[in-house]
Amino acid sequence: MTTATSVHEPAASLTGARRVRPRRGRGFRPAPRRTPYTFVAPAVLLFVAVFLVPLGYTVYLSTQKTQVSGLGLGAGARKQVAAGFSNYGTVFGDGEFWQSVLRAVIYGCILIPIMLGLATLFALVLDAQRVRFQRFGRLAIFLPYAVPTLIGSMIWGMMYLPAFSPINSTLHALFGIQGINFFGQRIVFLSVANIGVWGGTGFNMMVLYTSLRSLPQEAYEAARLDGANERQIALRIKLPMIRPAVIMTAIFSTIATLQVFNEPYAIHQISYGGVSTTWTPLMTVYRDTYTANNIYLGAAESIVIAVMMFVLSAAVLRITNRQIFGGEAK
Amino acid sequence: MSILTTASQGMAPRRKRRTSIVPTGVLVLGIVYALLPIIWVLIASTKTTTQLDSYAAFRPGNSLWANFQTLNAYQGGVFWTWMLNTALYAGGGAILSAVVSALAGYGFSKYRFRAKGFLFTMILVGMLVPAVVLAIPQYLLVAKIGLADTYWAVLIPSIISPYGIYLARLYAGASVPDEILEAARMDGSSEWRTFLRIGIPMMSPGLVTIFLFQFVAIWNNFLLPWLMLSSENKYPLTVGLFTLLDAGTSQPALYSLVLIGAVLSILPLILLFFLLQRFWRVDLGAGSVK
Repeated sequence: MTTATSVHEPAASLTGARRVRPRRGRGFRPAPRRTPYTFVAPAVLLFVAVFLVPLGYTVYLSTQKTQVSGLGLGAGARKQVAAGFSNYGTVFGDGEFWQSVLRAVIYGCILIPIMLGLATLFALVLDAQRVRFQRFGRLAIFLPYAVPTLIGSMIWGMMYLPAFSPINSTLHALFGIQGINFFGQRIVFLSVANIGVWGGTGFNMMVLYTSLRSLPQEAYEAARLDGANERQIALRIKLPMIRPAVIMTAIFSTIATLQVFNEPYAIHQISYGGVSTTWTPLMTVYRDTYTANNIYLGAAESIVIAVMMFVLSAAVLRITNRQIFGGEAK
Repeated sequence: MSILTTASQGMAPRRKRRTSIVPTGVLVLGIVYALLPIIWVLIASTKTTTQLDSYAAFRPGNSLWANFQTLNAYQGGVFWTWMLNTALYAGGGAILSAVVSALAGYGFSKYRFRAKGFLFTMILVGMLVPAVVLAIPQYLLVAKIGLADTYWAVLIPSIISPYGIYLARLYAGASVPDEILEAARMDGSSEWRTFLRIGIPMMSPGLVTIFLFQFVAIWNNFLLPWLMLSSENKYPLTVGLFTLLDAGTSQPALYSLVLIGAVLSILPLILLFFLLQRFWRVDLGAGSVK
C-alpha cells in the first residue's frame, strides 16, 4: 500500500509543523498558490495593524519631543520635533521611574515564589491519593480566574479598608490583633502581592495539574512497589517531571509582573496614598502619557520596559534551565 | 507476592483507605482562601453602607434588594449598558478571534507556502510583546484615524490573539488528518469548502477552547477600554465599576453599589465556568483534541 507512507507519526502531526507533501501523479490536485495566503491573511493583517504598527510608532514617538515657541499659545506654537535619544536620557535619569521599577521587582520577588509555590503544592495535592474534596477544590481554587483582575482587586481593596475590613475584625476576634494598616509603607507590597497570588494561583495550578495528569502512572506504581510514600512520590518523581511546566509558568509570571497595572491601579484611589500614582512602571507610563501629557516620554519609558522585560525573561529562562536541568545527564 | 499483585492493580479502583490529613488540610485552606473574598462580597452586597460599618464582616444585612434597585436606577440603568457592552465586546471579539485563529491555524498547519515560517514566527514573537508597550500607541493611532471612543477601538485589538493562532495550529495538526483533506480534494471539493465542511467541524472542540480563553481575556480587560473610551455608555463593566469605586472615595454611599455591581459582574463568568467545564484545557501544549 502506497498510502502507508503517508501516515505520519503521531508526534509529527502533533506539532502541526509537518505538512503533507503533495504526491503528484496520483490524480492529486495541489491547492492554488494563493489559497494559503488567503487563510492567513486576516490574522497577518490584524497582527500588523494591532502589533507591528503601534510598536514601530512607539519607537518613532520615543525619538520626538514637543517644541514650544514663544509663550506656547496658539495653534502653531507647539510643534513635534526630532529629539534623538534625549527622552531616553530623561528616562535613565528619572528617579521616580526607577523607583517604580524597583517596586515592581520587590512585588515580583514576593508574588512569584508564593504564587507558584502554592500552585505547585495544590497541583500535587490534587493529584495525590487519599485526599478529600479534590474535585471541589480544583474548581474552587480555579474560580478566582473567572473574576476580572480589576474587580478582584476592588474586592480585596475594600476588604483592606480599615472601616469594614473583615480581615482586621477576624484577626481581632481570633488573636486580639488590632488595626493593621494594609496600605502601610511596607505592608502594601504584601497587600498588592496577595491580590496577585489570589488571582493567579488557580490558573497556574491548572497548568501544572494538567501536566501532572499527563504523566505516565507506571512510574508511581514502581515507586510504590519500592515502598515510597505519597510525599516522596510527589517530591522525588512528580515534581522533577513537571519541571518544564514550572519553568514556563515562571517565565510567564515574570513577564506579567513587570507590567503589573490592574491590581495597584484599582486600589490606588482608596489606599490613602499607600499606592502612589507611579507605584509600578506601567502606572508611571500612564501618568506621564496622560496626566502629564508627555506621550514622547511615555513612549520612551514603554520601550525601556519592553527591553528590560525581554532581557529579564531571557535571564529567567537561562537560570531556571541551568538550575533545573543542570543535574541531569543530558 | 500479594503486595505485588495489589500494587500492580493500583490503577484500577482505589481501595478505600483513610484520608491523608495533611494534604486534605492544605487543600481545605486553599479552598477557603480562594472563596473567602467571593463569599465576603456576596455577603457585603446585602448590606447598607451603615451595616457595612457596624455589622460583623460575615453577618448578612437586609438590603440586597434595595441595593439592587439603587444600582438599577443609577444614572438611568447605566450598569446594564455596561453589562451589555461587556457581553458585546467579549462575545463578538471572541467569536471573531476564534474565526481568525481557525483560518490562520488551518492555513499554517495544512499548507506549505513560502512565507509560512517567517509569518508564524512573527506572530509567536507577538505573544512576547507586552500589552504595556502597545496599549498607549494603539490609542494614539486609533485617535488619529478617528476611531477613539467607538466600539471598534475596543473590538478590533481584541480579535487578534497570537496564543489563539498558536493553539489553532496545534488543533488543526492534531485533529484534521491530511488524508481526509486529500480525499476531499480528489473528489473535487474546493479548498474553502473543504475547510468549512471538514476542517471546522473537526477542529470545533479546540475552537471552543480558543473562544473561551479569549472571552475571559476580553471580559477581564481593563487597560484597553480604559484608554480607548471616554463616554460612559460605551464602558464595559470593569471600567464602569472602576469609575464607581473612584467616585466612592468621595461618596461612600456608592460602596454598596460597587459591591452589588461586582457580584453581578462576576456571576456570568462563574456560570460560564461551571457550564463549560470540559472545554477548559489549560494544557498549554495541548495538541490532542479528542
